[in-house]
Amino acid sequence: MAEPFLSIQHVRKSFGATTVVEDFNLDVAPGEFVSFLGPSGCGKTTVLRMVAGFEEPSAGKIVVGGKDITRLKPNQRNVGMVFQAYALFPNLTVAQNIGFGLKVAGMAKAAIDSRVAEMLDIIKLPQMADRYPYQLSGGQQQRIALARAIAPKPKLLLLDEPLSALDAKVRVSLREEIRSIQKKLGITTIFVTHDQEEALSISDRIAVMYGGKAEQVGTPFEIYNRPATKFVANFVGTLNVLEGKVTDPASGKVQVNAQEVSLKGKLNGSKSGDTLSLALRPEAISLARQPGHDTSLSGEIAEVHFLGSVIRVRVGIGGNTVSLDTFNNSATPPPAVGEKADISFSSGDMLVLH
Amino acid sequence: MKTGRFWAWVVFILGAAYFFIPLIATVEFSMRMRRGAYSFDAYQIVLGDPRFQATFMYSVVAAIFTIILGVLVVVPAAYWIRLRLPQIRPLVEFITLLPLVIPAIVIVFGYIRMYGSNSPLPFLANDTATNALLVIGYATLSLPYMYRAVDTGLRTIDVRTLTEAAQILGAGWSTIITRVILPNVLIAVLSGAFLTFAIVIGEFTMASLLNRPAFGPYLQNIGANRAYEPAALAIIAFAITWGCMSLIQILSRFAPKSANRPN
Repeated sequence: MAEPFLSIQHVRKSFGATTVVEDFNLDVAPGEFVSFLGPSGCGKTTVLRMVAGFEEPSAGKIVVGGKDITRLKPNQRNVGMVFQAYALFPNLTVAQNIGFGLKVAGMAKAAIDSRVAEMLDIIKLPQMADRYPYQLSGGQQQRIALARAIAPKPKLLLLDEPLSALDAKVRVSLREEIRSIQKKLGITTIFVTHDQEEALSISDRIAVMYGGKAEQVGTPFEIYNRPATKFVANFVGTLNVLEGKVTDPASGKVQVNAQEVSLKGKLNGSKSGDTLSLALRPEAISLARQPGHDTSLSGEIAEVHFLGSVIRVRVGIGGNTVSLDTFNNSATPPPAVGEKADISFSSGDMLVLH
Repeated sequence: MKTGRFWAWVVFILGAAYFFIPLIATVEFSMRMRRGAYSFDAYQIVLGDPRFQATFMYSVVAAIFTIILGVLVVVPAAYWIRLRLPQIRPLVEFITLLPLVIPAIVIVFGYIRMYGSNSPLPFLANDTATNALLVIGYATLSLPYMYRAVDTGLRTIDVRTLTEAAQILGAGWSTIITRVILPNVLIAVLSGAFLTFAIVIGEFTMASLLNRPAFGPYLQNIGANRAYEPAALAIIAFAITWGCMSLIQILSRFAPKSANRPN
């Protein structure tokens, strides 16, 4: 990575005896869009609030553009932030809300007006300048909040679950809009969310957090396909977990329901007889053997759900159940419950969970 | 259902009679100054009395200063409690209720003992200082109303998020209070201000014992020595109070609407 623009170094935060963030480290490159993804209470918002200056770290430091901002007040950091609850000032019009930061900075009225007009164009709401927040929909309010945050040209943009309060359709369109504006302005952005689809779809990198720690930091592709921990594997996407018994750690051989599976590489740290959790994404499995699939397991169809374009099938393999999706094909009826079935996959797609 | 409605009307009529009959009687009595005919003579005498004008103006000025003092003390305090010290809110609510429990006469005797001419803070040494002490006393008396009004106003907005939104945009505390918080609780502050005004205009104990020429002692003095004028004065004082209440109602229509609570 080039010289990081934002560097969070060994940051810890405790409230009394409770530690909510432990030794958190992250470097963010200039113009990068990084998401903090995790369940409620994992510490993602606390890290964001420490970057914003609303919480002071108990230990560690935060550097932005080479400058240590750990002890700076929020109003001295030149950071923009969008809140989950919009936080538009109810007594001010849209234009006044967007111009608030510029006015506080002492900018001349003409310059404020011009910048506000520019921002309204960027968020595609030029006709809304004189409206009050209560006259806008949730999606419009959040776009105004975004315009207000970026109007003073902050060094860093923080988005604290900005889409959580919106309905599904608006969420999708607004997240694309946020990403497009972020790319256009090239502003370094931290996005907090508990929605994996959101994080996967718009981030350059994702930091998956759990228990106050970053479990894994990587691109959406890496996070999804190469989860580093059991938590990441379970939290991001749908996952089939199979219990297997190690038979030959040196050659990576494992038994699943008395059927042998050869994993890619050695099973370092395991010995024969150990039980392992093995993970497979549904899309890596097929009912019939496919080209490139070198492993198969026999089982019995346990459930079939016809969902229109997709058929979701659950196959029982001993004590394990594997879920997979197949596309609907009008020429082939779906499998019947109780039928014997073989599933196939590439052994390279099978992950060992730690 | 019909029986329930009937009794509801009975209760309403009894309540209205309890409230309006003394009022109508007072109005009727205040207009009987001229023998054998209704007239506004008592009102003319009262409104033309230089002492009425002087004491009323004195109380109006005292009320304005009390409101300013109340706003300066209560708004930042209630704001800070909501923002940073929500755990002490029950304690502060209790303290603000004390003026309703402790009689004004006890408070004013405390003042006289504490701030006499031998005190390090000799509020009673001259008229200006005593006027200031009276305003402080009035601010104490109006605290239950002002605090509750402001606190209710603060409850309607997301104080913490709005504060943080303003902070991250570069605003300092004075900007946050004057441009974000106060405008959004202005109607609540005005409600508190009008209640304060109504209390100060009619207050007797403090003004009398501190020997200040306020409207309350004037009302008492007229009441003790005249027949029809006290009734006219009571109606005038009542009209002022109702005027204040009406203004609260009218102004509340112009309150900034919260984005989350559009109506």
